[in-house]
Amino acid sequence: MTPAVQIPIEKWTGKVREITLGATAADGGTRAKTVTVGGENTLPFLSFEGSIPHSPAVALEIQDHYPNDWSPLLKEYWGDLLRDPAAWARKAEEVGADIIVLKLISAHPEGDNTDAAHAAATVKAVLGATGLPLVVLGPGQADKDNEVLVAVAEAAKGERLALGNCEDKNYRTVVAAALAHGHLVVAKTPIDVNLAKQLNILITDMRLDLDRVLMDPTTGALGYGLEYSYSVMERLRIAALTGDSMTQQPLICTVGEEAWRAKESKVNTGVPAAWGDWKKRGIHWEVLTASTQLLAGANIVVLRHPDSVARIKQTIASLMAE
Amino acid sequence: MALSGLDIYKLLPKTNCKECGQPTCLAFAMKLAQKQAELSACPYVSEQSKAALAAASAPPIRLVAIGTGEKKVEVGNETVLFRHEKTFFHAPGIFVRLKDTLPAAEADALVEQLHNYGVERVGIKLHVHGVAIENASGDAAQFAARVAAMQGKTDLPLMLMAAGAAAMEAGLEKAAGAAPLIYSATAENWVEMAALASKYKAPLVVRAQGDLSALANLTEQIKAAGVEDMVLDPGVRTSHGTLVVLTQLRRLALKGGVRALGYPIVTFPGEDAESVEEEITRAAQHIAKYAGIIVLDHFEPANVYPLLTLRQNIYTDPQKPIQVSPGLYEISGPQPESPVLVTTNFSLTYFSVAGEVEGSGKPTWLLIVDSEGMSVLTGWAAGKFDAAKIAKSVNQFGVPGKINHKKLVIPGLVAGLSGELEEELPGWEIRVGPREAIDIPTYLKTWS
Repeated sequence: MTPAVQIPIEKWTGKVREITLGATAADGGTRAKTVTVGGENTLPFLSFEGSIPHSPAVALEIQDHYPNDWSPLLKEYWGDLLRDPAAWARKAEEVGADIIVLKLISAHPEGDNTDAAHAAATVKAVLGATGLPLVVLGPGQADKDNEVLVAVAEAAKGERLALGNCEDKNYRTVVAAALAHGHLVVAKTPIDVNLAKQLNILITDMRLDLDRVLMDPTTGALGYGLEYSYSVMERLRIAALTGDSMTQQPLICTVGEEAWRAKESKVNTGVPAAWGDWKKRGIHWEVLTASTQLLAGANIVVLRHPDSVARIKQTIASLMAE
Repeated sequence: MALSGLDIYKLLPKTNCKECGQPTCLAFAMKLAQKQAELSACPYVSEQSKAALAAASAPPIRLVAIGTGEKKVEVGNETVLFRHEKTFFHAPGIFVRLKDTLPAAEADALVEQLHNYGVERVGIKLHVHGVAIENASGDAAQFAARVAAMQGKTDLPLMLMAAGAAAMEAGLEKAAGAAPLIYSATAENWVEMAALASKYKAPLVVRAQGDLSALANLTEQIKAAGVEDMVLDPGVRTSHGTLVVLTQLRRLALKGGVRALGYPIVTFPGEDAESVEEEITRAAQHIAKYAGIIVLDHFEPANVYPLLTLRQNIYTDPQKPIQVSPGLYEISGPQPESPVLVTTNFSLTYFSVAGEVEGSGKPTWLLIVDSEGMSVLTGWAAGKFDAAKIAKSVNQFGVPGKINHKKLVIPGLVAGLSGELEEELPGWEIRVGPREAIDIPTYLKTWS
């Protein structure tokens, strides 16, 4: 007989910061519920050697302009809701999202170039339609991001929105707006541990507490760079647990945006027969991108298709169930 | 644990006889540590030292082969817990279960489908890796008949699943010489199963329900009985439980030095799943976190293709992204008046772009710049895909001699390079192409 096997236990010294999105009336907002993520002091789902106080959360992405370039599979499901962000948000809540991510795409200078007042009105309408916490992202062009996010921050004062994306070009204005009106920020960097840390340091220098910063390390879709973001996230999470303060932000991953851009999910013409049924393949593409990022430490996965929401919620539940 | 040169030196004769071709025993030891020499070069090393060195150089997770010939599946020999620490080496084999209760015609059709399934991705052929035949009928003759029916239909490696040794042997007789994976040896039947594994020179799954100490005991007993090639089934089926136990097994083998658990692991993602979809999500978990063989209960291209893609992603060496050779590629027979598109030599970039250009039917020159395997944006950010480098490639690969115009299309993601590039390539017109490969056919339609 050999001696009994001793199960090795990792003793980590650090933990992920706990961050709450949204504020109820008691805290100066209007949300029906809030969502708290982070707080774990162990690797994803390994609860035998640490505690994981909060399950990862699932968000659905909506936009304030009809998404012309989206996959027909997404257009088919959402239909006319794609033309009405408030109705879209209400439906997203109904199908099980924990958080709504609203992208103010219409403000893009190369698109409709809508103004700050339009952005503020859209956010108000969405806040009125759903009781869920909100992440609000600008159009992705630094000047317009600044313009619309400042107006949004003011119009939704006290709601504890997460405003993004904060990138190295425009973090100052976004962080200042969050500071002034009680919001959080999303700090986005391109698949790199050091750039992620550096942006967190810059944000801290502006005196925004790190329990108000979510980190978006940039997601690679299945088949399109997933392995890069997977490994950067694992490195960030190990650094966080080892005690590196500038890596201890909860991770938010824009899974739907990346996964539905892949040819496999976007189209079905001229593709090999071995790719199989389009609808099943498309959902798998989003689900497997999300589930793999969850194993690497994602705290919030942002999806686009409700079928994926149901599947990822089940995946999270069974990974959390001891 | 790998030994240092000095550790090895202590085991050598220390006579500096030079017969190994090295000036001293110490120099020979250093070469051995760097795996630049073979111990057999030393005529005087003792048997004792040989055994000690062999034990120390054995990998912490044994490499196990299932099947024979070109399609054999090799799993194990992993050295890290996280792929960024080095890389994962042996991607899991995806097997599909076939019960011997399935009517022969359906079973044959499934085998044919599995055998023929294949799809290319970034220049690499993806396929299913094996068939797991289960003795669900409980009847040895029926099991043997199903194994025999595989002959001539497929050379995919087999896994044979039977509870009793008699049925197992009936199956093994029909797969003699094919080194199928035997499932499984337990505390109750290991003596008979180990004897079969030895007799038929086949690898053996060892199963103990949820108790790693019992599992380690069992593998030690089986090893003492002469079976070296083992695969573990820790008996856990839930999603959380599998993640935990597979992580513990990998840690025990790599960091705990527990040789008795240093074997690849087999998983069954469908056994605790409520739906086929859930089975696929769990199989994906097992690909990222530590399975060696994954047995699916269902086969469908739409389910398997995403899993094979994930398997390819996770097992790509992080230090060596898949690359193609830089150069000027001809697609659909380009002429002097055909367009020239430029992009990077990251494999995924190349195959996405080349695939779309080919699909468009438009004869096109595709200039591939050496970005050291980086994608367009990453290469641009790292200075590996800039105006100077593109201009150099245009001349290096003789583009001006092949065309009768001076128009170059750059990826939309690096539109900002066009000004600089016009300076680097005087007289050329730099055009900005689409940001995504998928939009190339539309773009090429309007190109003139």
